[in-house]
Amino acid sequence: MNNQDQKHDAAVDQYVIFKLDGESYGVSIHFVEIIEKVTDITRVPNAQPYILGVINLRGEIVPVIDLRKLFGLESIPVTDDSRIIILSVEELTVGIMTDSSSEVLSIPQENIENATSVLSHVEETSIKGIGKIDDRMIIMLDVFAILGLNDQESSEERSQEH
Amino acid sequence: MDVNQYLDMFIDESKEHLQHMNDILLTMEKNPQDTTHLNELFRIAHTIKGMSGTMGYNHVLSLTHQMENVLDQIRNGKLAVNGKVVDLLFECLDQLENYIVNIETTQQEGDNVSAELVKNLQLLENPQSPIKITETSSNAPADYQEAADGETDLEVDEYVASMIQKASDKGYQIFRLKISLNPKCMLKSARAYIIFSTLETMAEIIHANPSIEDIEDERFDFSFVLTVVTEKPEVSLIQELSNIAEVDEIIATELTVDNIRSQDDANHAPTEIAAAVMELDKGGMAESSKGDLDAKKKAKTGKTVRVDIDRLDNLMNLVSELIIIKTRLEDAHQMSQQKSISDTTEQLERITTSLHDAVMKVRMVPIERVFNRFPRMVRDLSKDLGKEINLQLTGEETEVDRTVIDEIGDPLIHLIRNAIDHGIEEPETRIRNHKDQAGTLKLIAYPDGNSVVIEVQDDGKGIDIERVKAKALDRGLISQSQSQLMEDKEVIQFLFHPGFSTADTVSDLSGRGVGLDVVKTKIETLGGVVEVDSQPMKGTRFIIRLPLTLAIIQALLVHVGVEKYAIPLNNIREISTIQESAIRKVQGKEVVLFRQSTLPVLRLSHLLSVPEENEKQEENTVVIVNHGDRTFGLVVDELIGQQEVVIKSLGRYLSGIQGIAGATILGNGTVALIVDTNSFF
Repeated sequence: MNNQDQKHDAAVDQYVIFKLDGESYGVSIHFVEIIEKVTDITRVPNAQPYILGVINLRGEIVPVIDLRKLFGLESIPVTDDSRIIILSVEELTVGIMTDSSSEVLSIPQENIENATSVLSHVEETSIKGIGKIDDRMIIMLDVFAILGLNDQESSEERSQEH
Repeated sequence: MDVNQYLDMFIDESKEHLQHMNDILLTMEKNPQDTTHLNELFRIAHTIKGMSGTMGYNHVLSLTHQMENVLDQIRNGKLAVNGKVVDLLFECLDQLENYIVNIETTQQEGDNVSAELVKNLQLLENPQSPIKITETSSNAPADYQEAADGETDLEVDEYVASMIQKASDKGYQIFRLKISLNPKCMLKSARAYIIFSTLETMAEIIHANPSIEDIEDERFDFSFVLTVVTEKPEVSLIQELSNIAEVDEIIATELTVDNIRSQDDANHAPTEIAAAVMELDKGGMAESSKGDLDAKKKAKTGKTVRVDIDRLDNLMNLVSELIIIKTRLEDAHQMSQQKSISDTTEQLERITTSLHDAVMKVRMVPIERVFNRFPRMVRDLSKDLGKEINLQLTGEETEVDRTVIDEIGDPLIHLIRNAIDHGIEEPETRIRNHKDQAGTLKLIAYPDGNSVVIEVQDDGKGIDIERVKAKALDRGLISQSQSQLMEDKEVIQFLFHPGFSTADTVSDLSGRGVGLDVVKTKIETLGGVVEVDSQPMKGTRFIIRLPLTLAIIQALLVHVGVEKYAIPLNNIREISTIQESAIRKVQGKEVVLFRQSTLPVLRLSHLLSVPEENEKQEENTVVIVNHGDRTFGLVVDELIGQQEVVIKSLGRYLSGIQGIAGATILGNGTVALIVDTNSFF
């Protein structure tokens, strides 16, 4: 925990920005391990429909989530711009497939609003808010919600205390 | 604390010693007259005492110290070994184990729960005058600091007492100096040496706690107590000493004849100096609270494997060979010599195989580590249940993967409990049935090809097939007509059914179902299988078959549609082709007549919902898979070949996916999933 706090301090308000269906999304930089070009993805049978499959990330098997499917957007084929953002949260390493990703922005906390009404197609639980920078609107992802850690977390903590 | 780096070693070694102690106590209980192992026992208690003293675990220290005293008396023939003594020693052992477990998880030994035990030991040691003995708490010279306990008396031996007497006669002063070094001090013994030599210029050191030898060998925490005789005043002593770097604190207490209260005990003259004790008290408490903080910062200790140095050397040699080959490949590449490359590749293959072998061996530990806790368990259980049990262990030296060692304990405990509780009969029943009064429980381990087999055998009453059948009928698992056709082996399988006999009275079913599904699941997650063999009145045999290693397996790579999958080779019985037209449908399930018996057929493409590509072929490639006694055919599109694969987990995020046991990375860097054939049964 200590470690994460420190990391958080070092990367105040920095977000990795990626595109999905024309919209800009942001994910806090301290959850991002690396951004990868799309390599061979192996489908995992009997997994959740939004799991694209697994990739070989330098010898480690990493699952990849199809954000388009998770958000109910239309699927598109992989292009040269497609990127997999590898997130690392609580010892979980998971990739998310995005249309493209090329920049890191600093968005001060006060520029982030908790406005969810603007977007109808994104499940409210997986966004933390809307960030505004210059004239752009950036949807802030809730990484814990996307990885399904929110409910688990509390129950896990309880079992650890036990 | 500085000693943290030794913590793992301390825990490992203590566990080993305690295990050894356990073994000796068990033999001692069987044969109380045999005192050949007493020295060994004494040595173990002494070693643990020494180690815990160094590490600052005072409860362990005082308990082992008292054990040592009792053992010494037994050794000298002053105390006879009887059931009570052994029971008490077993209790001590349990308590020590608890402390070690506490230390392992929290780095703290926890509360002092052994005070009662220590008292009992003292009573045993000297039943006539228990009160006096509790007062003088220890007979041995206090080699180790017992400060943190607080109540522990500071002792001076006869020599010191007489020196104090003489010195005060001559008008010298005697001080007890508690010198604390800075916890960051790197070379404690060197620092202590400087302190000694400084002191020697103006005083004479007559006693040290810990002893000077221990201090020179760095066998002390951060403080030590010296008793010195001097002409100089207290202030100048402290002045000189505090000029030395890294000395944190010096507490001086004057000792006079008046404040040494001599006791009746002729051999020892324990001195109680209230001030000194109080100072020590404070010091001890401050230290331990600091220790608390340190411990909280550090995570709990990791898993370790003790490796024979030869194995590591072998590994090192292989790696150097690998490097040589790499260089050769580079050269060959430059000169583009075709033959040289193929030669080198061949050599590379040989080395990687040996390397894999060597690494695997490093992970291997003898199954003894699991087995040797059972004699004690069996002893306790048989005492509780009033049964006589003769436990026979065979093949403890059989080596298995470290991961298996950690996981196999619980299932085995389960099976052993079952065998003792429900398998082996009461002594009277056994005599009535013309059996030996004492039941025999055998635990056998042996390697078998690429797997390790562990058997748990008892010579009890066996599994009551009819009752299992009745139960299965009762629960609606089978119909009346089915039950009549079923073979005994199939019936026994019901015992592994989840919750099969937990529903109502377990013992009705000769108990054989208690949590057996848990045993089965556990063993299957380890990639193994469990079988049962039971004969009425003769006994039951559980056979556990585990893969030698979990990390690398032989697998058959197959194509299903465009996807590649790996099927573990140890599950495959054979590979055959079956005509599409030969497949029949029975009750919606596909079967085929194969070698005069019906073989259920499953299509891997359906099971793994692989997108259909081509039409059904007239000839199907079928991989025939075994699971225990059951068999089925798995239709695949194409065989690629046999390959050694490294199993990788899919990770927590994708845990529990039906039909997939893991993943592996193929030569071209892509990922292939490993099929869990057991899940299709």
